[in-house]
Amino acid sequence: MIYEPALFGDPDEEAGMAKMTLEELRKLRDSKKFAIKKRDIEGKDTQIIVGMGTCGIAAGAKVVLDAFLQELDAQQLENVSVTQSGCMGLCYVEPTVEVIAPDMPPVIYGKVDAAVAKTIIRDHIMHKKMVSDHVFDRPSVDIIKDGGK
Amino acid sequence: MAFRNYILVCGGTACESSKANAIYEALLAECKAQGVADEVQVLKTGCFGFCEQGPIVKILPEDSFYVQIKPEDAKELIAEHVVKGREVKRLLYTKDCGRKHARVEDIEFYQKQFRIVLRNCGFIDPENIEEYIAREGYVALEKVLFEMSSDDVIAELRTAGLRGRGGAGFPTWMKWNFTRQAESDQKFIVVNADEGDPGAYMDRSTLEGDPHSVLEAMIIAGKTVGSNQGYIYIRAEYPLAIKRLEIAMAQAREMGLLGKNILGSGFDFDIEIRLGAGAFVCGEETALLASIEGKRGMPVPRPPFPAVKGLWGKPTVINNVETWANIAMIIVKGGDWFSRIGTADSSGTKVFALTGKIRNSGLVEVPMGTTLREIIYDIGGGIADGKEFKAVQTGGPSGGVITKEYLDTPIDFGSLTKLGSMMGSGGMIIMDEDDCIVDVAKFYLNFSVDESCGKCSPCRIGGRSLANLLEKISKGNGELADLDQMIEIGEAMKKASLCALGQTAPNPILSSLHYFRDEYLAHIVDKKCPAGKCKSLISYNILPDKCIGCTACARKCPVAAISGERREVHVIDQAACIKCGVCFETCKFGAIEVR
Repeated sequence: MIYEPALFGDPDEEAGMAKMTLEELRKLRDSKKFAIKKRDIEGKDTQIIVGMGTCGIAAGAKVVLDAFLQELDAQQLENVSVTQSGCMGLCYVEPTVEVIAPDMPPVIYGKVDAAVAKTIIRDHIMHKKMVSDHVFDRPSVDIIKDGGK
Repeated sequence: MAFRNYILVCGGTACESSKANAIYEALLAECKAQGVADEVQVLKTGCFGFCEQGPIVKILPEDSFYVQIKPEDAKELIAEHVVKGREVKRLLYTKDCGRKHARVEDIEFYQKQFRIVLRNCGFIDPENIEEYIAREGYVALEKVLFEMSSDDVIAELRTAGLRGRGGAGFPTWMKWNFTRQAESDQKFIVVNADEGDPGAYMDRSTLEGDPHSVLEAMIIAGKTVGSNQGYIYIRAEYPLAIKRLEIAMAQAREMGLLGKNILGSGFDFDIEIRLGAGAFVCGEETALLASIEGKRGMPVPRPPFPAVKGLWGKPTVINNVETWANIAMIIVKGGDWFSRIGTADSSGTKVFALTGKIRNSGLVEVPMGTTLREIIYDIGGGIADGKEFKAVQTGGPSGGVITKEYLDTPIDFGSLTKLGSMMGSGGMIIMDEDDCIVDVAKFYLNFSVDESCGKCSPCRIGGRSLANLLEKISKGNGELADLDQMIEIGEAMKKASLCALGQTAPNPILSSLHYFRDEYLAHIVDKKCPAGKCKSLISYNILPDKCIGCTACARKCPVAAISGERREVHVIDQAACIKCGVCFETCKFGAIEVR
């Protein structure tokens, strides 16, 4: 979805109407919660999330992102989405990439370059085999998912 | 076909040295022997950072974390865990970490990190507001707009015990309350994103990875204290953070979470970004506000505090990025939840940027009360290249050094100040035996001298005098009286400077003098630099019994100070040598010595 900054006030707003009501926000949250849990975005069951903070980009995350897109194209895989995220703190192994695929535990790969990206697609995504020597660990529990536990 | 189990063997260098390879081979062999080789994938991984407990083996998808594994254990692991599906209790990491402050039932996780501020960093797409909303985003805002009164919000922050993360640790609820109680036609909300300490980048990462967490907190503050306008003051050196903030603000406006009549509540709030030119002093709140007003960034005496008389003379809430990023979670999960994390005096977590001679550099967020040893060894994986730990510098140019003896100090606002350092914004620079303490003090002091705004004389003149004395010592011209003079000047600067920049600038010198007086004495009395960093005090020499006359050093020397024939011992002309160290790095035979 592309958002354009609202340069001029729209008529609804001028009239004092809220752009979104509380109910609409809650509905949106529920539907998105489901999507983010299943990571099922527009029919794609597999997700590649590239860490694109300054540290990741400096270490070559853009090259990695391009490599993923090229290889997905080359292998004609259409069930995989590629998105970006911020820095998860593992700066010593940037670029980092998270891969969420059906029947596989979510995995974080570190020190990923274009060649490793290709291997991830061929081994992890196409053959359900993790890529040795590049597996790392998410640094903490997720307080949102586990409700603070 | 997917595998049934994935067995991860930690292949970091520390574990490698303790038989990780043998374990890997043993696990592979056992999988074959027990007929599950097709159902299990055995992998080597990167460092999990828990090297003290290594070698580590982790089995997915159960997420079982086995520590101190020996090759002999492979048989049992495969037979029990994989074949029979029972965890091997004997080898599992016991979750009792014996921490004194362990008041929080939820922090027993082996990784030792607990992420509130960085909860979404690395999880969500920061350029897509929907992903933030899906992870409890803007739930706190709903509560504040429709269910809670201003009193409720302030009471929640008070219960939480949140203190400002910019360095000084002032209680956040008090700041908000002062502004709320101040009578004025206009009030402002300001985010201090002028992160300037060398080696600190937690604010940048937060804004890059989760910009909405800060925006949401600003709107909450606006509703609570009665303000309709916020400013984010961020340095122009952070282009990606600025871009993501702009995208986040546009998306929030589009959805009506910023602007007029937010969610139909009748409350209006909007935010503008102000770019700073990167002056360190503009991280000081009064200088920052002056800079937003378009004036030269110089501090003014407090009181009056910005909470009462801030931006354009109006009551202003100003907090640091990390403080803001805590707010929404406190509202969602309650002040009580937050107060149970950390220590009694300092609740919650702190983000540190771990850099220097550390194996796993990066951003870490830990509960207050975690010890320096846990951060450096359990999370950071210890010192790189097997060198000896010397000291850790916290608080950047405002802080000081902490030595080995104090590694078990639980970190909170009070404990670090007691050791002559400070929390600061959270830079943590690890030093090893190769770092010269005089050189480090010189680096930080010169930073403060360069960044001094020059308004008050203790900082302007005192800083320069200290820098001159340090320069003199590192050149080998120091006298014993210089040490006393440095302490005298430093103490005067602490008392008389106008703002925190000048008051804390002598800290790196005072604390290093306290803990490493011997090293200063070595520079002054023996005219030696033990770490070999101060160029005037060292000389490079060729050891005749090791030199084979390969001529490599002579060819690399930029000033042709090395002479000698092929296959004969070479000699360095000390008068011509500029001590660049190229010969030392070039020699493959260890024939060059630093004295």
